[in-house]
Amino acid sequence: MTAVEVLFALVGAVAVGSALMVVTTRQLVHAALWLVVTLGSVAALYLLLSAEFVAWVQILIYVGAVVVLLLFGLMLTRAPIGFSDNLDAPVLQRVAAAVTAGAAAGITLTAVVDAFSGKHIALGDDPRGGSSATAGAALFRSWVLPFEVLSVLLLAALVGAIVLSRRDVGVDQGELTGR
Amino acid sequence: MPLLMPLVVATLLFAIGIYGVLARRNAILVLMSVELMLNAVNLNLVAFDVWLRDELLSGQVFTLFIITIAAAEVGLGLAIVLLVFRNSATSQLDDLLELREPDVGATR
Repeated sequence: MTAVEVLFALVGAVAVGSALMVVTTRQLVHAALWLVVTLGSVAALYLLLSAEFVAWVQILIYVGAVVVLLLFGLMLTRAPIGFSDNLDAPVLQRVAAAVTAGAAAGITLTAVVDAFSGKHIALGDDPRGGSSATAGAALFRSWVLPFEVLSVLLLAALVGAIVLSRRDVGVDQGELTGR
Repeated sequence: MPLLMPLVVATLLFAIGIYGVLARRNAILVLMSVELMLNAVNLNLVAFDVWLRDELLSGQVFTLFIITIAAAEVGLGLAIVLLVFRNSATSQLDDLLELREPDVGATR
């Protein structure tokens, strides 16, 4: 095993372990903080796969923005600080969920091992890799149309979030239909 | 590096996400589990992109798009969760059993 493979295995284990903590911890805020560990180690995995730009975007948007949004959501829904017993479904449903997840993992792992065992990623042969220059060139040359469409989608999401969270929208309509 | 390493990590992350979506009761924890599943898919895309040496960098660009869509999804999802919390004072998913307002049919 090369150093990169050892590092990848270690960081991958951290990612999977902290993801397990996200879905099993009994403190709401800790789940968000374990999610930071998972997302950060996935960013490290991108770096090890030589996808440098994607790794930094992952740090900026996921760790920087998404987790902060989730923490805001926890705060605004008056999430309890400390241990809470009502985060998990009843035992029977949890067992069913574990069986489903285990079956999905088993089937996918079997298929993946069957199809891709023995294949190797040649890292380091390609000097361009996923650096910012390469990724930026691909994004603004080949993928510029989907990129612009995505900005419209973001605008729509922005408008939608504002409409959903304003208190005065919908009141007039309700009164109109009530009359 | 064997291609299997990122694929196995991604599969495990996805399965953990499935478990979280099915077993958690809090709406925001379910959103977190959805993020785990999206990350698993992204890891797959990057791994296959690096393996295939794609000229157009499709896998990595798709990963960037998915990250953006995930940010939009979390924003909208949280707005919906907050709206539900304002209307029914709970963010526990199995407390939300009503599909309509209780007195709409009675007044007509």
